[in-house]
Amino acid sequence: MSGPSDFQPSNPALQWIERRLPILGLMHSSFVVYPTPRNLNYWWTFGAILSFMLGMQILTGVILAMHYTPHADLAFKSVELLVRDVNYGWLLRNMHASGASMFFFAVYVHMLRGVYYGSYKEPREVLWILGVIIYLLMMATGFMGYVLPWGQMSFWGATVITNLFSAIPYVGESIVTLLWGGYSVGNPTLNRFFSLHYLLPFLIAGVVVLHVWALHVAGQNNPDGVEPKTEKDTVPFTPHATIKDGFGVACFLLLYAWFIFYMPNYLGDADNYIPANPGVTPPHIVPEWYYLPFYAILRSIPNKLAGVIGMFSAIIILCFLPWLDAAKTRSSKYRPLAKQFFWIFVVVCILLGYLGAQPPEGIYVYAGRVLTVCYFAYFLIVLPLLSRIEKPRPVPNSISEAILAKSGKAVASIAVALVAAGALFVGTLQDARAEEGGTKPPGNSWSFAGPFGKYDRGALQRGLKVYKEVCSNCHALSYIAFRNLGDPGGPGYSAAQVAAFASDYKIKDGPNDQGEMFERPGRAADYFPSPFPNEQAARAANGGAAPPDLSLITKARSYGRGFPMFIVDFFSQYQEQGPDYVAAVLQGFEDKVPEGVTIPEGSYYNKYFPGHAIKMPKPLSDGQVTYDDGSPATVAQYAKDVTTFLMWAAEPHMEARKRIGFQVFIFLIIFAGLMYFTKKKVWADSH
Amino acid sequence: MTTASSADHPTRRDFLFVATGAAAAVGGAAALWPFVSQMNPDASTIAAGAPIEVDLSPVAEGQDIKVFWRGKPIYISHRTKKQIDEARAVPVASLPDPQSDEARVKAGHDQWLVVIGICTHLGCIPIAHEGNYDGFFCPCHGSQYDSSGRIRQGPAPLNLAVPPYQFVSDTKIQIG
Repeated sequence: MSGPSDFQPSNPALQWIERRLPILGLMHSSFVVYPTPRNLNYWWTFGAILSFMLGMQILTGVILAMHYTPHADLAFKSVELLVRDVNYGWLLRNMHASGASMFFFAVYVHMLRGVYYGSYKEPREVLWILGVIIYLLMMATGFMGYVLPWGQMSFWGATVITNLFSAIPYVGESIVTLLWGGYSVGNPTLNRFFSLHYLLPFLIAGVVVLHVWALHVAGQNNPDGVEPKTEKDTVPFTPHATIKDGFGVACFLLLYAWFIFYMPNYLGDADNYIPANPGVTPPHIVPEWYYLPFYAILRSIPNKLAGVIGMFSAIIILCFLPWLDAAKTRSSKYRPLAKQFFWIFVVVCILLGYLGAQPPEGIYVYAGRVLTVCYFAYFLIVLPLLSRIEKPRPVPNSISEAILAKSGKAVASIAVALVAAGALFVGTLQDARAEEGGTKPPGNSWSFAGPFGKYDRGALQRGLKVYKEVCSNCHALSYIAFRNLGDPGGPGYSAAQVAAFASDYKIKDGPNDQGEMFERPGRAADYFPSPFPNEQAARAANGGAAPPDLSLITKARSYGRGFPMFIVDFFSQYQEQGPDYVAAVLQGFEDKVPEGVTIPEGSYYNKYFPGHAIKMPKPLSDGQVTYDDGSPATVAQYAKDVTTFLMWAAEPHMEARKRIGFQVFIFLIIFAGLMYFTKKKVWADSH
Repeated sequence: MTTASSADHPTRRDFLFVATGAAAAVGGAAALWPFVSQMNPDASTIAAGAPIEVDLSPVAEGQDIKVFWRGKPIYISHRTKKQIDEARAVPVASLPDPQSDEARVKAGHDQWLVVIGICTHLGCIPIAHEGNYDGFFCPCHGSQYDSSGRIRQGPAPLNLAVPPYQFVSDTKIQIG
């Protein structure tokens, strides 16, 4: 794209094509001989990382769509079943869900790099604006994708975000109805979101082509912000930039794989493992982490319309950045003041992200207002002012000169990079689950914790017994089929044992030839029958509170770990909040209600249940279930066993996930090492 | 970049490049596998394809029923004496897909013909009790099968397939 190519393929067939469609020449001039500045640092590899992530999201997304059902009654179940039943379905889903977070993480680095090095300045304004358009499309795509699993957060996120448009005077309500295709978020909304979620990534890909085109017309910016002047200032894109980008992608894959294989639910919200319920809003509506700074701005402004305008302005203002910052010097490397304000701006964004995840009360509201002002002040006051008063340091005459002058700065740059990356995670992680007076559950030593965790077969089998004899009287386990009891990584029953277990159950089937329903013994393919025919019956039999389905309970329950534990958890791979909570609730019943706590009629005191008043009576007592293997028949043992069983029920492929994850990590570390040394060899002659 | 000497005999640099390329190829191929494997039937589909039992007692002589197993229609015909005799009178060698009637039914249960009701031409569903051979007639392209489900006329190359099945009792079979 940098002018007419003199590329001539040697193969006659390719020559024939090239004369008629010069696509090879286009690729050759754009990605092979294209001159790329010699002084690019690793921040520039995020462009390649983003291209890779876009491809990854489209590939995994197209595949997930093969197994997904966009219907309000079936969507949640279809996502669960694709994770459980489809070959590698769990892997594909994790890749797509974590991939969205990785995509946004990379885009934020990419954008901040552009801001720091002044990549939006003349002649790259259109390139920058195309980037902002891509970012907006990404936000829309990410939002609609988050709605598709149709969990509680999906549903209420959709409700809250679409309601933003109701702030528009006069036509707001009509626009919202138009978006919904109904009088509330419902099946038509889900259907159109699915359609648009499939469409938008291809629009993004199209704008990316324009983005790359514009990039190749203006040429890449570089850390010194001086345009290449002679051939000595540039190196050919291939092999230099391709191998460097490849190494960058390999390193990024390590981070990505950490989420896919070890922390798949770390960035998600436990509430989204509860099926959408239009009658109950979760206590804290929190968007995905990548929207949090803007969500904080929305909530900081105590007027509906102004809040919505503020939020959208915070993004749109980026389009005007090339004109707000009129400084002639591009790179903040040579702008001592701009550099400091840049880092302050980064901290402001991170803090806004943190506030976006906090409940909108007390000090958080005021802090949010201050930071919102800071956010806009950076664009509207600081940058215009700096371009007038700041005295930049002298800029080198050429890129080669800048390289010669280079000293130990790279180390500092890497240090800053690590701090920034760490800080970004600190700021982005969600911590909204306020304790609400609940006591934090004690930790347990679970056999399935950690990178090599495995389910304890004995605990799974005992837990199944506890479920069958106690829990199943009220709680369904509707995503588990009897056949799952014989699956690898599960309780480890043989096919014959599974068939015998299943045949103890009466399954309703039909209609038969006479059109009547009938009961027959269970088969391996049947799912655990529910104790109640429908939710109303469950509610009526249990004092008004329907006992939740237990298939996902250990993933659908969590509790806030607070700062700094949630950062430690990222590295220690602690993700057993759900099992810890479930085990604690089972043991948290106390006959004596503490002073100052009132428990309504028909409820029971539980130390760990949020609000302490639980409708479930104490389910387990010592000696209630007889164990055949000599394990102690105590409540503590029952709770531990049944929680292990329910963790397996929530994630039957965990052992495969961790096993494959370990293999992937070994490979990626070796591969990244090879890429690093190859990159060094390729670049050896160029420095 | 590449020096003249490295073209003549392998250097450490060449080895590094080949190793990196090989690692990328192996990793890429391994990463491709889940994307291919997910297309196969999932665990619930496989579980739903388990054997089924069919009660034959309500099927009178000369009648046939259609049941579904793994999404395929299975014809179960209670053949008349005449149909059986017709099927056995044909010289096997003269058939396009030579197979004796005895080989297509279970010994001792000669009156029961159990075939997958999918035309071996291009997958349409033949109609029972039609055509010139008192068997099956496929409306799509005119293939005709006899009372043993063997191809007699038309473009289909093979006889109607016999699914795996066995008699659990005299009046009950298990398909699959």
